[in-house]
Amino acid sequence: MNPVIETPTIEYGTLAPLLLVFAAAIVGVLVEAFAPRYLRKSIQVPLTLLSLVGAFALVILTVVGGDVPSEPVAMGALAVDGPALFIWGVILVLSVVCVLLINDEGHFVASAAAVPGSADEEEAERSGSAHTEVYPLALFAVGGMLMFPAANDLLTMFVGLEVMSLPLYLLCGLARRRRLLSQEASLKYFLLGAFSSAFFLYGTAMLYGYAGTVSLAGISQAMSTGGALDPLLLIGFALLGVGLLFKIGAAPFQAWKPDVYQGAPTPITALMASGTLVAAVGALLRVFWVALGNLDWNWRPVIWVVAALTMIVGAVLAITQTDIKRMLAYSSIAHAGFLLVGVMATYATPEGNAVSLQAILFYLLVYGITTVGAFAVVTLVRDPGGEAGHLSRWAGLGKRSPILAGVFAFFLLAFAGIPLTSGFFGKYAVFTAALGSATEAGDSLGNWLTGLVVVGVIASAIAAFFYVRVIVLMFFSEPAADGPTIAIPSAGTVAVIAVSLLVTVGVGLYPEPVLDLAQQAASGLFVR
Amino acid sequence: MSWLMIALPLLGAFILLVFNRFTNRWGHLLGVVMSLASFAVAVLAFVELLGLGEDQRRQAVTLYEFIPSMKLNMGLLVDPLSISFALLITGVGSLIHIYSIGYMSHDPDRRRFFSYLNLFVAAMLLLVLSDNYVGLFIGWEGVGLASYLLIGFWQFKPSAAVAAKKAFVVNRVGDFGLLVGMFVIWTSFGSLAFKDLGAEQIGTASNGTLTAIGLLLLLGACGKSAQLPLQSWLLDAMEGPTPVSALIHAATMVTAGVYLVVRSGVFFEASDVASLVVTIVGVATLLAGAIIGCAKDDIKKGLAGSTMSQIGYMMLGAGLGPAGYAFAIAHLIAHGFFKADMFLGAGSVMHGMNDEVDMRKYGGLRKYMPVTFATFIVGYLAIIGFPFLSGFYTKDGIIETAMEHGAWMGWLAVLGAGITGFYMSRMIFMTFFGEKRWDKDAHPHESPSVMTVPLILLSIGSIVLGYFLIMDNRLMHFLAPAVGMPEHVPVPHLFSTTTVGLSTLALVAVGAAIAWMKYGRAQVPAVQPRGSFLTTFARRDLYGDALNESLFMRPGQWLTRIAVYFDNRGIDGLVNGLAAGIGGSSGRLRRLQTGFARTYALSILIGAALLTGALLLVGNI
Repeated sequence: MNPVIETPTIEYGTLAPLLLVFAAAIVGVLVEAFAPRYLRKSIQVPLTLLSLVGAFALVILTVVGGDVPSEPVAMGALAVDGPALFIWGVILVLSVVCVLLINDEGHFVASAAAVPGSADEEEAERSGSAHTEVYPLALFAVGGMLMFPAANDLLTMFVGLEVMSLPLYLLCGLARRRRLLSQEASLKYFLLGAFSSAFFLYGTAMLYGYAGTVSLAGISQAMSTGGALDPLLLIGFALLGVGLLFKIGAAPFQAWKPDVYQGAPTPITALMASGTLVAAVGALLRVFWVALGNLDWNWRPVIWVVAALTMIVGAVLAITQTDIKRMLAYSSIAHAGFLLVGVMATYATPEGNAVSLQAILFYLLVYGITTVGAFAVVTLVRDPGGEAGHLSRWAGLGKRSPILAGVFAFFLLAFAGIPLTSGFFGKYAVFTAALGSATEAGDSLGNWLTGLVVVGVIASAIAAFFYVRVIVLMFFSEPAADGPTIAIPSAGTVAVIAVSLLVTVGVGLYPEPVLDLAQQAASGLFVR
Repeated sequence: MSWLMIALPLLGAFILLVFNRFTNRWGHLLGVVMSLASFAVAVLAFVELLGLGEDQRRQAVTLYEFIPSMKLNMGLLVDPLSISFALLITGVGSLIHIYSIGYMSHDPDRRRFFSYLNLFVAAMLLLVLSDNYVGLFIGWEGVGLASYLLIGFWQFKPSAAVAAKKAFVVNRVGDFGLLVGMFVIWTSFGSLAFKDLGAEQIGTASNGTLTAIGLLLLLGACGKSAQLPLQSWLLDAMEGPTPVSALIHAATMVTAGVYLVVRSGVFFEASDVASLVVTIVGVATLLAGAIIGCAKDDIKKGLAGSTMSQIGYMMLGAGLGPAGYAFAIAHLIAHGFFKADMFLGAGSVMHGMNDEVDMRKYGGLRKYMPVTFATFIVGYLAIIGFPFLSGFYTKDGIIETAMEHGAWMGWLAVLGAGITGFYMSRMIFMTFFGEKRWDKDAHPHESPSVMTVPLILLSIGSIVLGYFLIMDNRLMHFLAPAVGMPEHVPVPHLFSTTTVGLSTLALVAVGAAIAWMKYGRAQVPAVQPRGSFLTTFARRDLYGDALNESLFMRPGQWLTRIAVYFDNRGIDGLVNGLAAGIGGSSGRLRRLQTGFARTYALSILIGAALLTGALLLVGNI
């Protein structure tokens, strides 16, 4: 008997957004190789933006056309379901916005290979060269972000994870100013990322050993037939969890976040804090809800501890930060904790789960947008040596530049979850979903879940302190005599801030359309 | 479209406040235009409402849904009750805006004054047009703020600053009641929208709950409407510019309490205790206000006492259930006109007399300011209930209805009418008749037409409104879709010849006659005489302030001192300790962030080990 290798069927139409982004990335590499230096930027920028916008349009077309597949595609490797499409849309919007930020002058080093402070560096500076490789790298990262949460088996997911992470490791080291800090961040991120990837892979191997398959649905199937208490399963799951929790920056795997966020060029920080988080939460949800849905009695107590710890560590440690980017990094950790509360909020019925999923998707969208806006503002407040990172430099900014400070204050209030900002509805939706789940669970588990929401609210209160402290600093302190200058923003940066502000205000006042969209996306849950 | 009513004056206030001194030259005109435009919208909404069938006269306008499941939506309710108020607020408000152009013409801060006036109009409209208690409360606080800002408008005068603070603090007590009342409604019925709080929906609640809600709402109403025991701020509030006294502290804001009681009628109808307390408060205040009015030499404070007293009548009417609502609202509207008329008249007198407010330094002014005199007389005749003028119909309606409920409250209300006859006549005689007791440098003159025209318009309203609203029960039928009809509908007469009606007129005549003997025929001393015990009692606002000070302020101060002591030692210690604890643990935890990749990797490893261990452990329990 001859073994027959079937020709794999690929649903090109459904996968078009993903393919477009990767294709553009490859074209970008070719441009780097063949186009003359002076032309590269004027090719790369439109290419990047157009491919991302095009991919977004394709996502919209798929949704509007109603051909959301009800089964996994590409031989079961990818699941382009409602939640995945919503996450794709969010990531594509965020990445377009981030590319506009990347496009602004002066964020990236002229020649990454030159030793900081050397003559080579000066030479490169003077010649005005710039790394246009940034664009294809960013595109590869975005492609990975699209693949990661849509992966329907653990190997595809791992590929997505790596495609997303590797370009980001590199991008982190390309800051124009404070290059040593940037390179340190890059190296740390790479080392720790590789470390956590190993956990992910090890976990995958264990689960394969248990289930004989790496497909998420297959693992779930194996659990319902083969008992859920096999050590192989539990260990495999724990190690897989480490890899995923590392990516969203949950405690105790959060240590890389502040160092990396601080060192990376701010547009890249924005991309990581928004896009990567969205993608990673999407993947986490898929693993926990699809593969391990039957195991939730086991994983919920563990994730309970992780979620509570993440919220508390994020909120408490942010208090003593003196660097604005580090503070935002800890804030991002706290928000990852709030999102984990949503991940905990599972129900016995699909309808209930859809509500929780809707809450999480909504949260991802509004948090991502606000984050990009906040980092965009950070790029504008500059010292002679680069961005004015130290918080003391922000004192009295409200008097020098009331509009910019006002916008930033608004973003901070949205992070804190003050009503009439989008952040309020995000938190409200997630906490309500968790409370509903607690009511349904009843008894002791319910009490624990309610307790987690209480922890979340307390952490929010602590977090509000450091957000408001920055506002107080900006508006109620005397400006320093030699305070930072406010760079005149490029049209792209203005657009980024304007869009973020618009969404934060608009969704804060009138969340209905976005909530409906998230509900539609969540209604079918994940396909198996 | 009705949201424009609120949005226009709000926009006006916003522009004037934000663009500040750039609008100094034309700011007052913008204020007037916004107020008039709001009036025009109100008239349009009114006409539209009239065009609808009676059962459709509750037009809900949803503006904003905060969280649908929580039923905390922002919406407007255009119904006969709210539109009546809206017309009064924007109509009288616009006249007072126009008047203020003249009155404030010499004030360097005129633009700021108009921005506050516009803010007030917007907040007051939000108060009456909201379809739920939350919106009402926002408006309620908004008018409180506007009132505070306007009483203290001349904040360089310490007395004005203190008065503003006093008004704010006393109102806080009432607002507390309203707020707690809202909490109770929310927990009992799960909604704060008026449409969810009909008689059927609240029928399930216990009597005790309904009484509690009623009394708490009444506390709120007492604060805003200066009813006993929260009356003390209104007299001091006269420190504000006179147009403010006319608009806020006579015609509109102080009647918000009556609006609240009528709008929440369903709770008072369901609880006999609560509605009885409303009538008691009304009767007590109408007498107290009248007595205070008898002894005041400051023309504005006299009028303020009278305002208290008249709102007491309205409160009495509102406490009588559907039978009294129409009369209470009719009296409220008529009072809005004649009291604004008299306040603006008093302002006109002050304008001509170098801002002198002491009536003992007036006298014989009728020849020098004929228009002011004529319009003031109309307001005077309307308030004392002179036949065929506004007050005659509206106040008589309240007294007659009260008589049906209980003879004691009816006769006390009649007595109050008699006292009104006395103190208002006293005011007229001291101001416009008798000999001149002016200061040397006083040169009284008639005010410019920008001030007299509003006076004339208001006095026309004071003449005809009572007849118009009461005859054929016009207002009662109009309001019915909002507040319901009484069981048996009274038949209004052109001239009522009942015992009650005739004895009211007789008592008013007696009061006026006594005033004539004491202040018309006899000489009025230019310096306040010592007066009897009773006079002193009234001059001191019935010792209301002394009572508040000894009963609440001093024990309150002690309480605060004790509380501060414990706060510093106990609670602050706890809070600061907690904050320090969090900050400290933040500082300690921070040290874990060493910056070394190896430490981070170790923490990941430990975390992974814990996670695995925990999962294995939980799995095997």
